[in-house]
Amino acid sequence: MPTDVERWKSAVYGNEIREHLFEFAEEGWESIPEDEHDAWFERFKWWGLYHQRNGQESYFMMRIGTPNGVLEPGQLRVVGEIADEFARGPGTNPIFGDAYADWTTRQSIQLHWIRLEDVPAIFEKLEENGMSTQQACGDSWRNIVGNPVAGKDAQEVVDAWPVIRELNETFKGDDDHSNLPRKWKVSVTGSADGSGQGDINDLAFEPAYKDVDGDEQVGFNVRVGGGLARNEERFARDIDVWVAPENVSAVAGGLSALFRDYGDRENRYNARIKFLVDEWGPEKVRNVLQDEYVDFEMHTAGRDVREEYTYNTGKGDRNDLIGVHEQKDGNYFVGLNVLVGRMGAEDVLELADLADEYGSGEVRLSQRQNVIVTDVPEENLDDFLAEDLLDDYSPDPSPFMRGSVACTGTEFCSLSIVETKNRQVRFARWLKQNVELPEDVDQFHIHLSGCTASCAQPQIADVSLRGMKTRKDGEPVEALDVGLGGGLGDEPQFARWVTQRVPVDEVPGAIRNLVGRFAENREGEESFREFVARHDDEELDAFVEPEETDYDDPMMHNTKMTWYPYAEDDSMDASPSPADD
Amino acid sequence: MTVALRILDDGAWVSVNDDRKVSVSELWRFPDPEFCGCDLTDMVVEGFVEVGVDGRTIEVRAYGQCIACGASATTKWLPVGRVVDGSFHDIDRESVLTPTVRE
Repeated sequence: MPTDVERWKSAVYGNEIREHLFEFAEEGWESIPEDEHDAWFERFKWWGLYHQRNGQESYFMMRIGTPNGVLEPGQLRVVGEIADEFARGPGTNPIFGDAYADWTTRQSIQLHWIRLEDVPAIFEKLEENGMSTQQACGDSWRNIVGNPVAGKDAQEVVDAWPVIRELNETFKGDDDHSNLPRKWKVSVTGSADGSGQGDINDLAFEPAYKDVDGDEQVGFNVRVGGGLARNEERFARDIDVWVAPENVSAVAGGLSALFRDYGDRENRYNARIKFLVDEWGPEKVRNVLQDEYVDFEMHTAGRDVREEYTYNTGKGDRNDLIGVHEQKDGNYFVGLNVLVGRMGAEDVLELADLADEYGSGEVRLSQRQNVIVTDVPEENLDDFLAEDLLDDYSPDPSPFMRGSVACTGTEFCSLSIVETKNRQVRFARWLKQNVELPEDVDQFHIHLSGCTASCAQPQIADVSLRGMKTRKDGEPVEALDVGLGGGLGDEPQFARWVTQRVPVDEVPGAIRNLVGRFAENREGEESFREFVARHDDEELDAFVEPEETDYDDPMMHNTKMTWYPYAEDDSMDASPSPADD
Repeated sequence: MTVALRILDDGAWVSVNDDRKVSVSELWRFPDPEFCGCDLTDMVVEGFVEVGVDGRTIEVRAYGQCIACGASATTKWLPVGRVVDGSFHDIDRESVLTPTVRE
């Protein structure tokens, strides 16, 4: 029997949702029939709109898909202006204020407190400036990710940016690929650092060399079926295909069509292509792709460069793209740390000015929720680095700042079990003040995800934190499971969940104790990830040792049962939603 | 009167008549020796698996973890609310819940 979601999608889905969305916007929130809320909210996702959680009715999260995280000159200012004008609601965040933008782990942008009535004006402004929310959510091609400095990176094997642009133009709005069984996440990476994080995507193109008729060419190997959600982590599987850049679109479209036709539409929990790859195996995926979807003979896999990967590996250079790096044209890109990816609207506008003044005006977003200002000539570097804004968004931050990633959490998200972004800010500040890493360790990744959807990619961090509940002194409190030793690279590894349900106020103490044990027991210059790999779960659990400290957590209670956790009266009964027309 | 029941948001909510009513993250206590070895399972709700109605009582099966012993499993049918005159009323889920035996 088809699921409700499939039934709704069969009736109205894809591009046509826009017309209905605009009608509702014109007539107001109340015009959405009450008995059609679930259906319309599911459909609105396709146009990048998520209805916010209980207590926040009539407000939406809006996701803008920026392919490869590229914001062309002028676009960052537009985002800042939209955030400033429209992303304001009845709740004030005590750390971030009233209007802000979030940079996500898939190089997109999220705004909150968006009113349906404002959607047409926002779409008009975005589209006038070459941006869109189309397919930012929903069951279709999502924002395509990759190395954000594609086309500029001195470490690049092949420029993936034209490929990503072509895929985006081909598959955004294409009716043949607009209604898939589930989301479809694609990564295309051309650099040798692994910063496209292909292994955790449904479909990954990774740089590889191939001898074609005696001529060594640069293109991409293909992997399929990665993903982190729902305690069903998978790394993408090698399907033994190499593809030239000009053929990426044909192979990607073939795989998307294969997923459309063979993916499970009966059970959404079993719908992602990772489960089909489990069932079929990579060889059958390749055979069906070749026989039914691609009309040229595909090459076998080429020689990859995975041994050179450093991004999010826990060792070596360029675990992230923070700091000053030379581009291949002799200019520089400067990666700035945005703690948990959230930036106030005023800061966004100021950064847009600085990018204009010192670079080309272009800004790019990384999968570690940071921003990168590109095209800075050497003679501008010192002045740019001396700007006051960079005191808050540092190119050389504490490891606990640069390593922090957090999802949206119960502040807005329906799925999350705990508060996340503000908590991770509190954690990072406390750890910076109170914990010493060994001197040579300048990377320590801590990812906090509010639930098993894993939007903060917790399983690929040194320390993985995932939302839970427990009781403390008999009272229910927010808690976190602690996992250790995850990371990407040639041999990617998911974190091992070694300690369960640590009350949130004991987590900073647990991390301090863990880092202390690491410093004491480390062999030579081994990385934290190597240290974890050499110990069993029981030993690691003992190293974690949760402990109360002077860290104070004001959000121990069930933040999900508030209308907004930071409101003076946070009870559901005090909710001001739905907003008045 | 028909009642629209469904699970939304990847199992995070139970929707009753297009309104999200019961959410993951609650702690539920219930006796169920098949779930874990505790006298009283104390489970954090991580995801809803099924929702149904028995007379006026809305019941769910949910996936979760006992925070006392760490066991993870899916519950039997547990009551979460009642529909009276077409509208949903919460059952006190902070008290001990009694699993329903279904034929």
